[in-house]
Amino acid sequence: MDNKERIATILKNVSKKPAVPDSTESLFDSGYLDSFALPDVVGELEREFGIQIPDSDLNPRKFESIARIESYIESRK
Amino acid sequence: MSAIRAFGAYLPARVVGNAELAERVGSEASRIRDVSGIEERRYATADESVAGMAAEAARQCFERAGAVAGDVGLIIVSSGSSERQFPGPASQVAQLLGTAQIPAIDLPMASAGGLFGMALAATLAPQYGNVLVVASEKMSTIMAREPADPGTAILFGDGAGACLIAAGDGTARIIATVLHSDGSFADDLRLEFGSPLAMNGRSVIMQASRKIPAAIHEVLEKNNRKPHDVEIFLMHQANQNLIDRVARAIQVEPPKFYSNIARYGNTSSASMLIAASEWWQNPGPCAGQLICFAAFGAGFHWGALLVEVM
Repeated sequence: MDNKERIATILKNVSKKPAVPDSTESLFDSGYLDSFALPDVVGELEREFGIQIPDSDLNPRKFESIARIESYIESRK
Repeated sequence: MSAIRAFGAYLPARVVGNAELAERVGSEASRIRDVSGIEERRYATADESVAGMAAEAARQCFERAGAVAGDVGLIIVSSGSSERQFPGPASQVAQLLGTAQIPAIDLPMASAGGLFGMALAATLAPQYGNVLVVASEKMSTIMAREPADPGTAILFGDGAGACLIAAGDGTARIIATVLHSDGSFADDLRLEFGSPLAMNGRSVIMQASRKIPAAIHEVLEKNNRKPHDVEIFLMHQANQNLIDRVARAIQVEPPKFYSNIARYGNTSSASMLIAASEWWQNPGPCAGQLICFAAFGAGFHWGALLVEVM
């Protein structure tokens, strides 16, 4: 699985919804995630990718879409 | 070591249900409850000021402590919704209580103000004697500002809470405090002069979801304690979903977190002291119990405070 697929799997598990939005579509404006799901997504990203996301990086814009999450994960490598 | 003597609270009589607010913000009463856990909140009248509500909460606190206003050596008043830029309500609270000559300090901190006030009082009580901490908020005035943000206008209510802290004996010894501040996210929850409240809810939830559990663990570790050792968590009543999330994060059952948010909404800095005032009356503390306070708010400011019942 590439990173995009791994992120999509996390989002499906957290949201309990089968299909994810388009890569650049807002996960929130689309109604796919609510604000309280975001901390769960961050926690799952940390586990899946073996990274520690510092509080200073917890800017919702970094996690706005699959593409932005992918970009952030890439930046942490 | 400083100790809590008593708590008090004041809630305005006017009850504002979700249906009344739903119409204004274009939402539904059931949706407001689902996203926040709030069913109703209290709104002050034009005659009920921040200082006036604070003084009422203080009087109840004195009565429960068996104290009088003259016993107090210092007053700390927290409010993020005071009616004017300066002076803040602290000096007026002192005047209303008949203690106009003692020092009175304002903490214009919003939601974490009650907790920071308690921590400061614990430090200052050995020097000043009894320290009265009051947190009072009239958020309805701010929520009335247009344009109303549906996401925030539903959350807040009015009220005041008070706590009397002494250098010596009391009901519960304050055994540890942790306080933190980080201005990196100051713009994400702010109140500009004359403007509506501005809140980046996602940022607030993300930060609070991490920082509150971390502060609780930190204050417990100072005393080699674990979350399951705590009898009750008295936390800032921001949102029921956040309270439940913090409970899960520290792996305790949600009922371990006292909640009155369904009845009062988010009363900002007053909420934690109002919650403490209610819990202290029913069921109330028993000797040996550990009680953990925690709060998070604009700034961001956050922390936790641990007490042991005497």
